Amino acid sequence: METKDIKHDEFVINVGPQHPSTHGVLRLELWLDGEDIIDSKPHLGYIHRGIEKMSEALGYKQFIYLTSRMDYLSAHISNQACSLAIEKGLQIEAPARAQVIRVLMAELTRLASHQLWWGALGLDLGAVSPFFYAFREREMILEIFEETCGSRLTMNYITPGGVVNDLHPDFVKKVKKLIEQLKGNLHEYYQLLTGNVILQARTRGVGKLTAEDAVSLGCTGPVARASGVKCDVRKLHPYDGYDKVEFEEVLNDKGDNFARYWLRIEEMKQSIYIIEQLIDNIPEGSYREKLKGVVKLPAGEYYQRVETARGELGVYIVSDGKKEPYRVRFRTPNFSNLNALRPMLKGAKIGDMVSMMATLDLIIPDIDR
Amino acid sequence: MTKEELKSYLEKTFPGMTQEENIDFPVLWVEKDQIFEVAKKLKEDEATKFDFLFDETAIDWQTHFEMVYHMTSTTYRHDLEIKVKLEDRDDAELPSVEPLWKAAEMYENEIYDLFGIRFSGHPHLRRIFMTNEWKGYPLRKDYQDDDVISL
Repeated sequence: METKDIKHDEFVINVGPQHPSTHGVLRLELWLDGEDIIDSKPHLGYIHRGIEKMSEALGYKQFIYLTSRMDYLSAHISNQACSLAIEKGLQIEAPARAQVIRVLMAELTRLASHQLWWGALGLDLGAVSPFFYAFREREMILEIFEETCGSRLTMNYITPGGVVNDLHPDFVKKVKKLIEQLKGNLHEYYQLLTGNVILQARTRGVGKLTAEDAVSLGCTGPVARASGVKCDVRKLHPYDGYDKVEFEEVLNDKGDNFARYWLRIEEMKQSIYIIEQLIDNIPEGSYREKLKGVVKLPAGEYYQRVETARGELGVYIVSDGKKEPYRVRFRTPNFSNLNALRPMLKGAKIGDMVSMMATLDLIIPDIDR
Repeated sequence: MTKEELKSYLEKTFPGMTQEENIDFPVLWVEKDQIFEVAKKLKEDEATKFDFLFDETAIDWQTHFEMVYHMTSTTYRHDLEIKVKLEDRDDAELPSVEPLWKAAEMYENEIYDLFGIRFSGHPHLRRIFMTNEWKGYPLRKDYQDDDVISL
């Protein structure tokens, strides 16, 4: 990326770091010619906390809880990724009950995350009511989390060897109620936004991302799948028993804003389908493998990929045999998905920037770490 | 290709290069001057087609740096890890792979920012997380922050 000299008919504006459409503290530098965007450049680091460096000073059981603060809408799944990487090093597997609980929690997280995205997308494009509709079901999911895990956002529930404690007695009943209500209400999502003329006009054919670009830029998750790239880690490298449940990897080859919008709505249906298969079949037995107080991994390196609500999260642990990891690296989905913004913005109108940002669904703390 | 097929293929294509295997991926050790040519061959070869660089990072081993590239193929779905040893810690530089995978631009910016490894041929190397005036490279093991007060 080259910095350009400013020509007389070209001007530069800053978007953010406090711009509401960036959903966090991302600063975009835009080169404009009238309303057309010539080039863009993201500036990061406003919420850089050095999670990778901090992890080097903490034990294996401790550092995984920092990852809840990366992608705060996929906290369960980030914890799961770290736990799986550590389990790989210890050569143990979580008990069957814990695996099912993990998958259930991960899919509930995906639902909650997509619902927040859907509501916020409405807000970005000027529709206020979808936000309240989305939060109606999201609130139920957060209540389920709160009962079992003790908190609503940074759950810290999944741990190496299983999960921290057993499910709340009301869990199954409440999840069933949620699924029933969600299935009954999903048509409202269509009535409120999907069929809306303004949404269609602002998303169809806008923000195109080709499959070649998506692959070259390292995009994953719904962003890449909307361009027709198969990349669902749950299918390609199944973990925690995802190979035992049935679901479809939703794909679309249009690659525009509407494709990404449609894809997330369809993904919500697949998550509901996974939960339905598992909720009556939670195996009995222990929910956690007993581990030593201080976990030490044999020297070597361990890589674990999982599918968060936004794409592929990779946890890369390098161990030198001590009680702290020697190096921890998080390959976060948003860091790579951010790359897609530049080719999308090139030649677009500045008014379309907001809808592109909304359908990319970026979480800034996940980029900065 | 399966892991074994890929290993024997790599042995045939890049004779003399060390191969290892860890729990997840086959590992290929490459000299730092050859990294661009090897990566280009791996990406463009019909038999391997590594078109997706899903991670690029570095490790500070205090005596030297180690660059780690993780790549996969969206056609064949095989994975590979490439490692490069950088002996000179004070003046670490190696060719950029940005012309092959655009994703590398941001990964290399991050490595430059946090490790101080420079990439020749990178279009615009900049510090993305820290400020331009920041002293030192935080992810190095010998990094000292003067502002930190120990209790």
